[in-house]
Amino acid sequence: MKYEAVIGLEIHSELKTNTKIFCGCATSFGAEQNTHVCPVCLGLPGVLPVVNRRVVEFAIKAGLAMNCEINHFSKFDRKNYYYPDLPKNFQTSQFDLPICEHGYVDIDTVNGPKRIRITRIHMEEDAGKLVHSGSTIKDSDSSNVDYNRTGVPLIEIVSEPDMSSPEEARAYMEKVKSILEYVDVSNCRMEQGNLRADLNVSVRPVGETKLGTRTEMKNINSFKAVEDSLAYEIQRQIEVVEDGGTIRQETRTWDPNKGITLSMRSKEEAQDYRYMPEPDLVPIVTTDEEIEEYRKKLPELPDARRARLVEMGLTAYDAGVITASRAMAEYFDAVVEGGADAKLAANWIMGDLSKNLNAEGKTITESPVEAGRLAKMIALISKGTISSKIAKTVFAEMWNCPDEPEKIVEAKGLVQITDTGAIEAIVDEVIANNEKAVADYKGGNKKAIGALVGQVMKASKGKANPGMVNQLLAKKLG
Amino acid sequence: MKLYAKTAHELHDMLVAKEISAAELTESVLAQQAATEEKVGAYITTLADEAMAQAKAVDEKIAAGEKIGFLAGIPGAIKDNICTKGIKTTCASKMLENFVAPYDATVMTKLAAENPVVVGKTNMDEFAMGGSTENSAMKITHNPRNLDCVPGGSSGGSAAAVAAGSAIWALGSDTGGSIRQPASFCGVVGLKPTYGRVSRYGLVAFASSLDQIGPLTRDVTDAANIMNVISGHDMMDSTSSPAEVPDFTKALTGDVKGLKIGLPKEYFGAGIAPEVASSVKAAIEQLTKLGAEVTEISLPHTEYAVSTYYLIAPAEAATNLARYDGVSFGARVEGADIVEMMTNTRTQKFGPEVKRRIMIGNYALSAGYYDAYYLKALKVRTLIQRDFTEAFKSVDVIACPTAPTPAYKIGSMVSDPLAMYMMDISTVPLNLAGLPGISLPCGVAADGLPIGLQLMGKPLDEMTVLRAAYAYEQTQDYHKTLVPEGGAE
Repeated sequence: MKYEAVIGLEIHSELKTNTKIFCGCATSFGAEQNTHVCPVCLGLPGVLPVVNRRVVEFAIKAGLAMNCEINHFSKFDRKNYYYPDLPKNFQTSQFDLPICEHGYVDIDTVNGPKRIRITRIHMEEDAGKLVHSGSTIKDSDSSNVDYNRTGVPLIEIVSEPDMSSPEEARAYMEKVKSILEYVDVSNCRMEQGNLRADLNVSVRPVGETKLGTRTEMKNINSFKAVEDSLAYEIQRQIEVVEDGGTIRQETRTWDPNKGITLSMRSKEEAQDYRYMPEPDLVPIVTTDEEIEEYRKKLPELPDARRARLVEMGLTAYDAGVITASRAMAEYFDAVVEGGADAKLAANWIMGDLSKNLNAEGKTITESPVEAGRLAKMIALISKGTISSKIAKTVFAEMWNCPDEPEKIVEAKGLVQITDTGAIEAIVDEVIANNEKAVADYKGGNKKAIGALVGQVMKASKGKANPGMVNQLLAKKLG
Repeated sequence: MKLYAKTAHELHDMLVAKEISAAELTESVLAQQAATEEKVGAYITTLADEAMAQAKAVDEKIAAGEKIGFLAGIPGAIKDNICTKGIKTTCASKMLENFVAPYDATVMTKLAAENPVVVGKTNMDEFAMGGSTENSAMKITHNPRNLDCVPGGSSGGSAAAVAAGSAIWALGSDTGGSIRQPASFCGVVGLKPTYGRVSRYGLVAFASSLDQIGPLTRDVTDAANIMNVISGHDMMDSTSSPAEVPDFTKALTGDVKGLKIGLPKEYFGAGIAPEVASSVKAAIEQLTKLGAEVTEISLPHTEYAVSTYYLIAPAEAATNLARYDGVSFGARVEGADIVEMMTNTRTQKFGPEVKRRIMIGNYALSAGYYDAYYLKALKVRTLIQRDFTEAFKSVDVIACPTAPTPAYKIGSMVSDPLAMYMMDISTVPLNLAGLPGISLPCGVAADGLPIGLQLMGKPLDEMTVLRAAYAYEQTQDYHKTLVPEGGAE
């Protein structure tokens, strides 16, 4: 029997506000333990929360960018559970009246574009971090709590179970990340836990309309883990069903080292969160006028930007890669504005630039080659001053020094030889020294010209214009 | 009359006229505190040295010719659920026995601008849960009018301190009557402001949507003056009202001509002691003599108020008190693992009434019971609020007894929590509706125990409540006869 998976995601994203959701403490990552704390985020007796309006603004922006309706009347609720990293032993979150509802994002799948519906986006506070004395919780005698993260604002983006493969789930999460970066509400640094997902998955025979029993995997914080854990879990569930077993509704953990999921707790052991309206906060009222103001301020979003790049002549794939990150898309726009051909710009950004950035673990905003210099270098290629091959040398130079490409080309004598006489002399010499290749060519093996072109290029130290070399060789070998 | 037996406004005038010094006054109150504390037990923490230092600083200001605030140099007491930086705030609980807040409640900051003298932190029912102060984990407080009786609660220590002369004024908190009822039992004035009138920041939460800080004083004039000090919007409390704060002393005119007073028939039914009913009716008669008009009104959902209150307040308390887990502050009882540590801490450090309410609250919020209990209670709360809105269309204030009986004997009710809860019948509706109300002495029962008159007002209309209370107060002398006696010079 053939099975299909049904997948829904709950994505948690930390918002990049300067201060926490209910107090004035800083949100920055990596500070000394328990230095970004105050009576409010420590949950001391007598304190009260005050909503950071930026959090509401960021949540609304994210919601609008994901095509949500913004609720005019929204409120906070207390989600009650005991855990040592949660000082109040309740998390202030939103239950029945979240700030955003009924949205969607579109993703690309092997079967074409697909719409993933978003049930809701709500605001809540993050918990603290447990620091165990041992390497894992199991071999620790004690744990300390770092409350720096307590009260850092989060939004939780809940999707409908609209995805049917690990690849789609990954594409959805990548799209959500991309949108959050575009609207500039989250740093989306997954390694710092800025973005993490709970994955809900079930399987059913193809054609069945009833949903199977689902399992949940919590706190998945890389795209690879999203794909791998889902692939494993889907296969596991299919095997259980095929063997005549039943799936238990449970929370499972993903062990990335072993590549397996393990049962953590069953539904019966699940918490009753005893939600209640947060009496210390007043409801959030948002008017149509405010919503329209936010809508007007939205930047160009990934889908629109991608369409624009396709119109500029890029392939849909290249446009997708470039626009996946706002920073890369902005870099691209700057290169084109600097006078570079759009397709060449895309090739260089996706090619040598990305390769170098990855090798050094840099982001595009940290690139040693600025958009302006790259634009000038590409312009030199288009003008025929340097060949694409020479450009690689120039680019490597630019990576290591702040000089303009023209200066590098001049200083290193890398200007392309377009003087027919000079190239002709080299061509003649190569023809004279490569009798076999010349004979092959004349004997009908037209591919042999490649070896000769290579020789000419080598002899000219790569500076000969390859088009002219080809032309001259063909003429002389007639 | 001894200094400790006077009102704050009398003492303020004497300080300004340089008839007395703040040090002299504070010595008098501290001496009375020392003399009565063993019998009354109003305080959890006394602050004699700090109080003297504060008094001397005020005397220096006066000597330097500086203008002083109303409360400057006047000794007062603070309920022990209001956070005081550097001074223990225990909530009369073993859980917070050694808790010292690293910050001041907003009311303390506002008070500090007045340079008052703080002589101590007062006893209360643990986490403000109770109506007799018998639920304190620290000590029993005795009613200064009759030491065999309870002072009421939960602000029993604050009421007892003012009645005993070991403080001139006090702050309390009122969640279901916790200022008004002990004021009634101890024969002092207690005002619960409109919800949101006074910042709750730094008040250790019992039930967030009901809690409100207010003054306990010897007379209505002092209550109005302290309201001027503590009221107003606070950035730190989202539920505090942005409404402008009037000068409450402008209400002290004595004029109630044409004032419409409503008598809710539901508040004068069975269960009200005859002497309470007759005293309250006599007080209302006094007000009509001054020109007020009285009409009978109905607040039809009153009978559901206690049940509603005892679902909403415990539900909020259950989550508010979840933070006491032994992890980062307060008491900790060790255990083999985190769950056992938290369980041991909460089992051993909370008293029985607190645990009872946490259990009721969690039950009411549980899956499957939420709609039947908590949600239903919220709906009834709305109906109770509507009763008042409706009633206030035709009247300016509502008058009724503060408590169905005078103070009762210590220990006489502890075995019957339900009967104790029913004692809150005439005070909890006001909290559910978020309205202002005052209790002031209006009689003395046969056994010498005071009886309280409660006046309730429209939202943010403390002015009318104070106006009616003051006018009545001028017609009798309970507030003058119910002064502290004996003690030291």
